[in-house]
Amino acid sequence: MQYNILVGGAAGEGSKMAGLVIAKLMSAHGYKVFIHEDYQSLIKGGHNFSLVRATPEGENAVKEEVDILLALNEDTIERHKHRVQGLTVYDSGVASVDHGVGVALDEIVKEAEGIPIMKNTALVASFAKIAGMKFEKTEEVLRRELTIKTEENMRVAKVAYDKSEERMQVEDLNKGPFPIVSGSQAIALGGLAAGMTDYFAYPMTPSTGVLHFLSGIEGVSTFQPESELSVASAALGAAYTGRRVMVGTSGGGFALMTESLSFSAQSEVPLVIALSQRAAPGTGVPTYTAQSDLLFSLFAGHGDIVRFVVAPGDASEAIELSAEALNIAYEYRIPAVILVDKELSENSYTVEEMPEIEKRGEDEFPSKVTSYEHTEDGISTEDPFEVKRMQEKRMSKHGPLKERVEEMDSVRVYGEGEDVLLVWGSNKGVALEVARDMGLKVVQVLVFEPFPTEKLKSALEEARTVISMENNISGQGSFIMRAKGVRIDEEVRKYDARPFTVNYLKEEIKKIVQ
Amino acid sequence: MNKNTTWCPGCGNFGIMEALREVTGEKTVIVAGIGCHGKIADYLDVKSFSSLHGRAIAAGQGIKVGNKDLDVICCVGDGDAYNEGVEHLVHAAKRNADITVLVHDNRAFALTARQFTATSPQGFKAGSTPHGSIEAPLNPMELAFAINSTFVARGYSAKKDHLAGIIRQAVDHKGFSFVEVLQPCVAWFNTFPLYNEKVYETEGPFEKEEARKMASEWNYNDEDSFIPLGVFYKEEKPSFEETLINRESVSAGELLKKMI
Repeated sequence: MQYNILVGGAAGEGSKMAGLVIAKLMSAHGYKVFIHEDYQSLIKGGHNFSLVRATPEGENAVKEEVDILLALNEDTIERHKHRVQGLTVYDSGVASVDHGVGVALDEIVKEAEGIPIMKNTALVASFAKIAGMKFEKTEEVLRRELTIKTEENMRVAKVAYDKSEERMQVEDLNKGPFPIVSGSQAIALGGLAAGMTDYFAYPMTPSTGVLHFLSGIEGVSTFQPESELSVASAALGAAYTGRRVMVGTSGGGFALMTESLSFSAQSEVPLVIALSQRAAPGTGVPTYTAQSDLLFSLFAGHGDIVRFVVAPGDASEAIELSAEALNIAYEYRIPAVILVDKELSENSYTVEEMPEIEKRGEDEFPSKVTSYEHTEDGISTEDPFEVKRMQEKRMSKHGPLKERVEEMDSVRVYGEGEDVLLVWGSNKGVALEVARDMGLKVVQVLVFEPFPTEKLKSALEEARTVISMENNISGQGSFIMRAKGVRIDEEVRKYDARPFTVNYLKEEIKKIVQ
Repeated sequence: MNKNTTWCPGCGNFGIMEALREVTGEKTVIVAGIGCHGKIADYLDVKSFSSLHGRAIAAGQGIKVGNKDLDVICCVGDGDAYNEGVEHLVHAAKRNADITVLVHDNRAFALTARQFTATSPQGFKAGSTPHGSIEAPLNPMELAFAINSTFVARGYSAKKDHLAGIIRQAVDHKGFSFVEVLQPCVAWFNTFPLYNEKVYETEGPFEKEEARKMASEWNYNDEDSFIPLGVFYKEEKPSFEETLINRESVSAGELLKKMI
């Protein structure tokens, strides 16, 4: 049995918190959850929602059909009623729905002597009762999550639970609860596992989650300088003293960091940047997704630069590859980019356990480093012989790193099928689900620079049709792969700032293969 | 270290370098910007980090965050400090970063063969302003107070020992030290005659009000005012780095277990 639960409301009504608590309730009943967050670039009003996917095996993709709609306002019902196939639970104080389950959120909060924002607690507790969950288990999860005004929240929860009626029975799978991790949190965990000591960032959606998460952890040093220019320069300064530093940003901030990316290559002081893409160009659509900074990440920075660019597909891979990016950057003394997007950064995934990760690379650097071309002892030079020698010294890192990439898990293959869905980044989840339902094989690229050409070619060797899919208008991933001599027969491109849904991708694939 | 300097004979940078030789040591990191002054990193036999244009103050703060035991001296030009990287100056002072910013202020872009900077006088004739710059200069001493610097001083490259004394106090100061150095450029803007006539030494530090008056005595534009030198102002406040969190080793695995 699987459930697709949508919780929505206006910004400021707490739908995101409600979504997280519902995900944790489902996780406590043994389900593997995935949360897709959708919110607008505003603080109050508008429409926000969380889509909680709870399945026995874990499906990390957005599906149109909704089994349970939980609405904190009328607007949520209007926007999503067409997709509801089961129950609508709504605030009877502001709306009415035929055959829905109305809950008098206002009255409940008043009766329990809570405050208006606790309407979301009431909605969650009602859901627990409606879904046939025991109060004890519900209370345990709520207490863990609602750390502010806990007793008031619990009073509200109890009143809401008691006033609601059981309408279904969510089966307890007697497993879990599993850790639930957003992509941003995963980047942080991966960094920490590989010895990250400091994280520097200037706030920019959708990358800010990493900064918030790490700032909340005792013992981790975070620094919010005045701009991304400062972030990247300060990171290089701290790395020079032997710290293992990571920085994070989105496309606009990355643009400002490119000068330091180039400096990193010249000075051989590592710079590790988590780049979370959002719809661009320009300020674009700040809280919505895209995969349109791939080429930027591969070519950013003036001069010839050996770099390491990874593109994880879910939270577990974000942990592994963020650690790998930090390790490789410090081993080879080069810049590295962890390329994610709004979907991966802000969606949450079930991560059952921490992968085995060890810290690698040197933490000691020469005492004189410089952005100028320089001799091996760090003194600037214009001598043509020295310039040529140092260019070759830096470029000589590419060969061994490329060999490493061919050997590592840089291309992953899932399932069986004559036709192949070629995917990168956060589209992994939707690709896996659609491919399984339609009998396709999935091939995922996890490292873009150096590019695992041989590995990818061999994975695609016997494919009848290779279908590349990505969230941009120009086909950036396909462009790079074709440039490497990889065969791509068909492409699916989505560029409306929203992720692929299972339904949409199936329709697109049907047009290509029978 | 490179012993072959490429500065013009008589360049004001020589005086600054000699002053720095007297006060730098094992714990010093020179963080240089880009311009004639930046070559100082090659000429001094100490740890150095030659940054990008405008970014030395940002990099210097990263170095101090990374290792609190180092004495960070950011040797920057007027282009670095007041043009391209002025935001880093403002915020380093605001957060009282425990670094010394030493501005080699020759009041011109020199290595790019003469253009006006933030401290060039109005009417400055140069490559990009053949009819004279239409912009009036910024007074960096007033800026230093506006951004709450906890140590404010001005030296002159031709007064090497006086300057060395200022730099020593700046490095010893716990917090943000701003040291503006008048550094004539013999090739493009020879201010030696002006400074030799107008500068005078003061015995500071002074109360804030008096120090601010001193900062405004010369506006970096006219040629009539006298130009005070010395440590204008000093104030004790907790530094940014000492209030930063103490790092511990954090287990990612333990964190993950709590995320149920």
